[in-house]
Amino acid sequence: MSNSFDKRKEELREFNSALENLQVRKPEIQSKPIDIPEGFLVVCPHCGKTLVSEEYTSALYVCPSCGHHARLHAKERLREVMDEGYEVLFTDMEEKHLDFPDYQNKLAKAKEASGDDESIICVDGKINGIKALVGVMDSYFMMGSMGSICGERVALLAEKALKEHKPLILFTCSGGARMQEGVISLFQMAKTSEAIGRLKDKELYISVLTDPTTGGVSASFASLADITLAEPKALIGFAGKRVIEQTIKETLPKDFQSAEFLLNKGYVDSIVERKDMKKTLSLLLKLHNYR
Amino acid sequence: MILEENEMKIEALEQELLTLNPTDEAYEEKKKELKQLKLDTYSNLTPWDRVCIARSDKRIKARTLISHLFTEFYELHGDQYYADDAAIISGLGYLGDIPVTVLAQAKGSDTAEKIKRNFGMTSPEGFRKTLRLAKEAEKFHRPIICIVDTSGAYPGKGAEERGQARAIAENLMEFSKLKTPVISIVLSEGGSGGALALTVSDYIYMFENAVYSVLSPEGFSSILFKGAIKPEEAVNYMKMTSHDLKNYGIVDEIIKEPLGGLRYVSLEYASNLKEILIKKVEELSSTDETTLLENRYQKYRCIGQ
Repeated sequence: MSNSFDKRKEELREFNSALENLQVRKPEIQSKPIDIPEGFLVVCPHCGKTLVSEEYTSALYVCPSCGHHARLHAKERLREVMDEGYEVLFTDMEEKHLDFPDYQNKLAKAKEASGDDESIICVDGKINGIKALVGVMDSYFMMGSMGSICGERVALLAEKALKEHKPLILFTCSGGARMQEGVISLFQMAKTSEAIGRLKDKELYISVLTDPTTGGVSASFASLADITLAEPKALIGFAGKRVIEQTIKETLPKDFQSAEFLLNKGYVDSIVERKDMKKTLSLLLKLHNYR
Repeated sequence: MILEENEMKIEALEQELLTLNPTDEAYEEKKKELKQLKLDTYSNLTPWDRVCIARSDKRIKARTLISHLFTEFYELHGDQYYADDAAIISGLGYLGDIPVTVLAQAKGSDTAEKIKRNFGMTSPEGFRKTLRLAKEAEKFHRPIICIVDTSGAYPGKGAEERGQARAIAENLMEFSKLKTPVISIVLSEGGSGGALALTVSDYIYMFENAVYSVLSPEGFSSILFKGAIKPEEAVNYMKMTSHDLKNYGIVDEIIKEPLGGLRYVSLEYASNLKEILIKKVEELSSTDETTLLENRYQKYRCIGQ
């Protein structure tokens, strides 16, 4: 009896060592066909098609298959529209109104996730050789919400544009006012709107509404431009779709609050694809005699 | 909850007093008891208590305040484009002997009026009505008095289709540039952008028990706390009372209310309030235009710095 057990054990040992040898050899056999570097492929967040990462990036995150414009980080947006060599403005601003529980922690995480220091980055630079002041919001920073620093930067940028006789371009994407800063964030709507009001008496202001532009940002500077552009399919509106559905007890059409819907309603001037954005902006600046 | 219970007790006592003869011994006792109960109830209000008082059906609404503050009030309707929004009462009248333009967010007092006024939720037409009348006031250098009381701008399908966001934004921008004095009075509820659209002014009064916030306590508790704490507790983080807004430097002056909140306006109270407003209007009207506009600009420019 014990003999047969020993025999069995011996067989198992042999089998296992053979298996180990086999596993060691495995990579050698299969290494070539699966040698795809990490991050080589990505998936379109809209249609789910597998895309070559490098091509997707150089197409500014527009899916070649379905045309979906993915949300951009502020830095990528700047790469899209600005000439090289722009200057980032208002970087030394002190954070205030941080009392809300866990807010500081949230801010730290947002900084890490977006690589930005706030929900808007302001720059002084050129678009196809034409001087412009540009502000770019980043939805990866706390959903692009507008707190006191964001409001202050928009006001400062508008005041700088007025003083230096430069056009102002703002790319908006935001869930609205930053709730953690309470009523202070609400009043940033008034602050940004009055600064835009003074600028608009003298200079050109173009806003580009990108996905999503809602709440307090749509109900302030985003909707006050001389020319309002939008990216394809961007969600633009004041109240959230769910809130409206609960209020009116109806299901809203699928394209409700889309850029195309708003073009139809006369809310935006034009829908511009990402690949055409830079040349569209520089054309509009040129038509207003900026150089 | 304590507020609600105490208010029921107060009401019962008041009813009881009515049945008693003022010469009875019990009358004086009950009167004392009532006074003490009112004092206990209303001298230590929590932020949530104030939210309840501000939203109370018993609290006066804009229509009543207008009738007490202004004489010969003449209502003007419509945005001249699309419709008349009954959530806004607007028109001309006299404050003392000064002609003024009044723009007020109006909630209803009874069910029929509430429905007519869409529960005080302003539509784009309402904001546009206030703006066109503000421009008319500017033409005659007539002071503008805004009365704020709304849970927020109306979140409706048509409101979105007709540009709710832009209607609010345009008010914010245009009111900051009006070449005539503007005063805002926050009567009860200052809800979000809808309230802000009538709060860009030279001087902001806020009634003691009024509240003002970026969104409702209910929204706040569900969005920021994922429902983990109740709206009653969420308000403690919201800094939305008149004292909070005064501390922030947003509100210029708090208007004291009678004990128990603004449920009726006595002649004396109305005349005091009128007096205060007339003084302020006269002061602002004598300020030269450039200073007036620069001060208004700086008032909002500083918030959050």
